[in-house]
Amino acid sequence: MSEQMTASVDVDLSQPSILSRRSPWRPLLLLGGLVVLVMLPYWIYPPVAMDILCWGLFAISVDLLLGFTGLLSFGHAAFWGGSAYATGLIATTWGVPFPVAVLGGAAFAMLIAVPIGFLSVRRTGIYFAMVTLAFAQMLYFIANQARDLTGGENGLQGIPRSFFGIEAIEQDSFYFYYAGAALILVGIIIAWRVVNSPFGRVITAVRDNPARARALGYDVERYKIGAFVISAGLAGLAGGVFAISHGFASLQELVWTTSGKVVLVTVLGGIGTLWGGLVGAGVVVTLEDSLASSGFEGIGMITGAIFVVIVLLFRHGIWGTGRDLVRRWVIDRRSRPRG
Amino acid sequence: MSSATPLLETRSLTKEFRGFRAVSEVDLTVSEGSVHALVGPNGAGKTTLFNLLTGFLTPSSGSVLFDGRDITGLAPEQIAPLGIARSFQITSLFEQMTLREHLELALASPTGMGRQWWRPVSRMSVFADRSMELLDQVGLADRAGVPAGSLAYGQKRALELAIALALDPRLLLLDEPTAGMGIEDIDRTITLVKRIASGRTVVLVDHNMHVVGSLADRVTVLQAGQILAEGPYDEVRTDERVITAYLGSAHV
Ligand SMILES: Nc1ncnc2c1ncn2[C@@H]1O[C@H](COP(=O)(O)OP(=O)(O)O)[C@@H](O)[C@H]1O
Ligand SMILES: [Mg+2]
Repeated sequence: MSEQMTASVDVDLSQPSILSRRSPWRPLLLLGGLVVLVMLPYWIYPPVAMDILCWGLFAISVDLLLGFTGLLSFGHAAFWGGSAYATGLIATTWGVPFPVAVLGGAAFAMLIAVPIGFLSVRRTGIYFAMVTLAFAQMLYFIANQARDLTGGENGLQGIPRSFFGIEAIEQDSFYFYYAGAALILVGIIIAWRVVNSPFGRVITAVRDNPARARALGYDVERYKIGAFVISAGLAGLAGGVFAISHGFASLQELVWTTSGKVVLVTVLGGIGTLWGGLVGAGVVVTLEDSLASSGFEGIGMITGAIFVVIVLLFRHGIWGTGRDLVRRWVIDRRSRPRG
Repeated sequence: MSSATPLLETRSLTKEFRGFRAVSEVDLTVSEGSVHALVGPNGAGKTTLFNLLTGFLTPSSGSVLFDGRDITGLAPEQIAPLGIARSFQITSLFEQMTLREHLELALASPTGMGRQWWRPVSRMSVFADRSMELLDQVGLADRAGVPAGSLAYGQKRALELAIALALDPRLLLLDEPTAGMGIEDIDRTITLVKRIASGRTVVLVDHNMHVVGSLADRVTVLQAGQILAEGPYDEVRTDERVITAYLGSAHV
C-alpha cells in the first residue's frame, strides 16, 4: 500500500521488505538463495565459498548495528577474531565436534561484548567507533602478548576439525562446506528473526529517535547493549567457522583492518538491508581471491577503488540499489493504466 | 482542582548551563486533576523545566517530587513508567514508522514485549485495536498505515498527543501542542485536550492565550527562569507584572 511514498524518502528502511511475507518475490528469492547456497562449492573453490559465507554473516552482524541500531562499530574484529581463537582453543584442548567449539567461540564473543558494549554505547557516532576500535586493539595486543595461549605471531595452528568421526566432513573441504554453511545459516536466521521482532522494532526506533524512545520508557542504552551482544555473537559464529575452515586462527583476524574490511563489505552490500552483507562478501572475497591467485600485489588498492566506485554509483549498496530498482519497476507497472 | 495533595511539586528547581540560569529556584505545585498552564516569553525556561521534570536534563540543584516521591535525577525511561508522559515542542516522531506502529510501540513499552527478539514482530498487533482507538480519538484513524513522515504538520502534533495518551499517564506534559497550527486545528486540539484531561493532570505550555484561557485551571508565568506570577487565568491575565513582561511580545 505504502510503496508510493518511496520516492520522497531518502534512506527508506521502513518499506515492506521484498522478503516480507506478502511479497510475491519472497518464494523466488528464498529459492534462489537456497540454490546459490547449495551450488556455491560446485562453482568456486569450496574454502573460498566458505569464506564468503563467513564474511557474509560477519557483515550481517555489523549491519545489525550499523543499519538497524545506528551504531558504527569499528572493532568487530574483536568478536570475529576473539571467537576464532576461542573456537580454536576449545577444539584443540577438548577435541569436541567443531560446531560445539564454534558455539563456544560465539559465546566467548558475547561474553567480552558485554563489558565492551556497556562502556561504548554511551557514545554515539565517531566516538562509539573509536571506543570499539580501542577495545579491539586491546584484544589484539593481548593476543600478541599471550604467546603461550595464542601462538603470538605464528597464530594458533592445526585446529582440528572434528565431526563425529564423519571423515568426509572432517577431511574434505567440499563436504565441510555444507556443515559450516548450516551453522552460518543458523546465524543468518537469527539475524533475520531479530530484525523482524518486537526487539527489532525497538532498536530501529532507537536508531531513528533515541529521545522519543526514552520518553516512551525504553531504556535506550540497554537495547543498544542487547543489539551489540547479539551482533557480537553472530560475528563470533562467523569467525569460529572461519577458523575451523582454515584450521588456524591468526592475528590477522584481530587486526584493525579486519574491522575496517567488514564495514566496507557491509556498506558495499547495502546498509540496513541485512542480506546485502552476503552480496558484499561475495564480491570482496571472490575479488580478493582471484587477485591473490593471479599474484597481484595491490589487492587493497583494487578493492578500495571498487568500493569508492560502488558507493558513489549506488548509494544504497548493491542489494539496496537492486531492491530499489525492483520496487520502482513494480510500482511503474502497477501505476500504468491497464489497457 | 482540589488543593489536597499536589501530584507534582518542584522545590527550588534550578538548571544552569555554563553559569547561565535557564531555570532558577522554581517552586511549582500542580494539584491532581488540574490543567496547569505554563506561559512566558521565548527563552523563559519552559522547555528546560519540562526536560527537568522528565529526566532529559538533570537539575543543578533542587528537587522534583511526583506523587510525593522524589524523582530527581531519574532517567527518562525510569520516569515514563511512573506515569509521566510528554509531548515535544519540536515534533519528535519516527518518520518512517507508520502511525499504528508508533502507538503499538508506546503501548508495548510497559509490557516488556520490546525485549522479545525471538518472536515475530506481528505479535505487536495485539495492540492494534487499542492503537486504532487512540488514533480515532485524535482523528487520525484513516491514516493508520502511512509513515509519520508523510503527515501534515497539524496531524503530526495530533499524533504526538495520541502517543502520549497511549502511555495512559497520570501526568501529561504538553509542550506547545498548538504551535504553528491554523485556527481550525487549534480549536480541534482544545477540544481534544479537554477530553484527554478528564481524569488526568495536565501541564501545558502554550503561547496562545485563547488556548490557555480555554483549558487552564491555573497559570504560572515564567520569566528568565523564575516564576513571575501564579494564579487563576483571569487573575494572572490582568497582573501588572505579567503585562509588562509580555509587552512588545506578539503573543498577547
Ligand atoms: N542545552 C542547553 N544548553 C545551553 N543553553 C540552553 C540549553 N537549553 C536551553 N538553553 C537556554 O535556556 C533558556 C531557556 O530555554 P527554553 O527552556 O527552551 O525556553 P522556552 O521553552 O521557555 O522558550 C534559553 O536561553 C536557551 O537558550
Ligand atoms: Mg520551549
